[in-house]
Amino acid sequence: MSDFKTIINAYKDKPGGIIEAYHALQREYNYIPEDAIRVAAETFRVSPAQAYGVATFYSYLKVGPRGRYIIRICESAPCHVAGAAEVVSALESQLGIKMGETTADSKFTLEFAECVGQCQGTPVITINSTPYVGVSAQTIPEILQGCR
Amino acid sequence: MAEEMRIVLRNYGKIDPLNIDEYINAGGYKSLEKARAMSQPELIEEVKNSGLRGRGGAGFNCGQKWSFSYGIDSEQKFVVCNADEGEPGTYKDRIIMENDPQSLLEGMAICGYAIGSDKGYIYCRGEYPYVVEILNKAISQAKEKGVLKDFDIEVRMGAGAYVCGEESALIESIEGKRGEPRYKPPFPPVSGLWGKPTIVNNVETFANLPVILEKGAEWYAGIGAPAYPGTKVMTLTGDINNRIFIEVPTDTTIRQVIYGFGGGIAGGKKFKAVQIGGTSGGFIPEALLDTQIDFNSMAAIGATLGSGAVFVMDETRDIVDVIEKVTKFFEHESCGKCTPCREGTKRMHEMLKHFKAGQGNAKEMGRLKKLGAVMSVACLCGLGQAAPAPVLTTLEHFQADYFNKFC
Ligand SMILES: Cc1cc2nc3c(=O)[nH]c(=O)nc-3n(C[C@H](O)[C@H](O)[C@H](O)COP(=O)(O)O)c2cc1C
Ligand code: SF4
Ligand code: FES
Repeated sequence: MSDFKTIINAYKDKPGGIIEAYHALQREYNYIPEDAIRVAAETFRVSPAQAYGVATFYSYLKVGPRGRYIIRICESAPCHVAGAAEVVSALESQLGIKMGETTADSKFTLEFAECVGQCQGTPVITINSTPYVGVSAQTIPEILQGCR
Repeated sequence: MAEEMRIVLRNYGKIDPLNIDEYINAGGYKSLEKARAMSQPELIEEVKNSGLRGRGGAGFNCGQKWSFSYGIDSEQKFVVCNADEGEPGTYKDRIIMENDPQSLLEGMAICGYAIGSDKGYIYCRGEYPYVVEILNKAISQAKEKGVLKDFDIEVRMGAGAYVCGEESALIESIEGKRGEPRYKPPFPPVSGLWGKPTIVNNVETFANLPVILEKGAEWYAGIGAPAYPGTKVMTLTGDINNRIFIEVPTDTTIRQVIYGFGGGIAGGKKFKAVQIGGTSGGFIPEALLDTQIDFNSMAAIGATLGSGAVFVMDETRDIVDVIEKVTKFFEHESCGKCTPCREGTKRMHEMLKHFKAGQGNAKEMGRLKKLGAVMSVACLCGLGQAAPAPVLTTLEHFQADYFNKFC
């Protein structure tokens, strides 16, 4: 608990800083722990419902656990025509999970994303926000190996 | 062949973006000084006369927008840079910020002086944490040099909501709320961030300003199409040989963009369609490729310039398959505040799934048209209003692809 407080408190004087605080929590935990929402609500003097409402509105924020490596696959039209679906199948079969799921060892989470702004190299995935461009079923194993 | 003209990307590849001295040596911050030597109305008039219109999609005259905020007496005003860049196929603002962040800061400070604001925010999309770092470094260098004087700039991060590119939703998000668009009026220049007069401009719009001040309104107004002068940064994606970004005068035609700069269709295939302006842009057939890319010419053919994304599809692409993804995008990104969009985007996606599965029919096609027409007038914000455009333009120009999906 004290950890959340320290992280959240760093933003308490920023007007509207609750989203910045959520980003900071995610940098630490990769997700927003449920209990942190209540602390954020108190710190920014909004109701828990409002704090929860903000945390669940944004697709980049996630309440509750997910893996250490969050793999997001862009499925916007330019990535779609460049073969995003094959990248999805390759990831699903190699990790043995479906999109939206986390591996049993809590290492990987697969999520869909819309355009992540690296469209010069479609199809694109990001792993913990780092973009990988021009990926294909062939290059996936090597990329996954790089995640330790 | 038509040539590139680099105004906002004038320093691309020429200076170290993380070294403010190089920006200053290249003439940087002279324009801000020049602006500050003018009276505020003089400055606003100069920007107005340049004809610069917003590069974020709506195409509003920049100087005119500023004059609304300038005219209001308020102890606090804000300058907000829209760096949310959520339009699929678009990465031009990232290129500008990664390669020349000071040019954006200078543009914002010029706006700050013009309207009488000492506080700016850059709302940068959450997908660009590395850009946030660059911006923060650039800001601290500018502060150290004292070039911004009393104008403060702070970076805030978006969190993956496309609707937050809409200016009033963006403002809600900076205020730490759910990014739902506001009812308008009042518009942000009158009542924006925390109810104060707020100018929201796009990254590319701000990056134009130092050059306009340096070379003069008349010079700028003479470039490209008279009704939407200057240049536009375009990003080329899809079935095109050169997947690159370019900056071209606004009287360049779509054909020149695709065949000149883009090098034509990949793999020796034939052209089928191009969607310009991002996911909410209309689909354009071969017959309309000689249209100029400027705002008005594009509007005249029922398309948009939008963000400047150019998404090309070759003859092998199934339009219904692409549109199904497009409607999925809008269902996902609708904020849910108003019914025509919350419900409409869902139904549209549902119908497109039917078509994609080969279960379409004439009656459903009629419904799709009607729903699109209703949404474009009944939705609260630009997201819902523009969502039907790709569907309606493909129903007009690429009907055969829908007929192929009849059961
Ligand atoms: C759904 C939606 C998304 C938008 N996304 C962006 C965006 O990512 N970047 C942007 O600059 N403008 C975006 N806009 C337009 C803004 O509302 C606004 O018009 C613009 O930031 C004004 O700046 P400008 O006058 O310099 O173009 C969007 C509008 C809508 C309706
Ligand atoms: S049109 Fe869509 S995105 Fe805009 S306010 Fe309505 S529900 Fe929200
Ligand atoms: S469309 Fe996939 S990164 Fe832009």
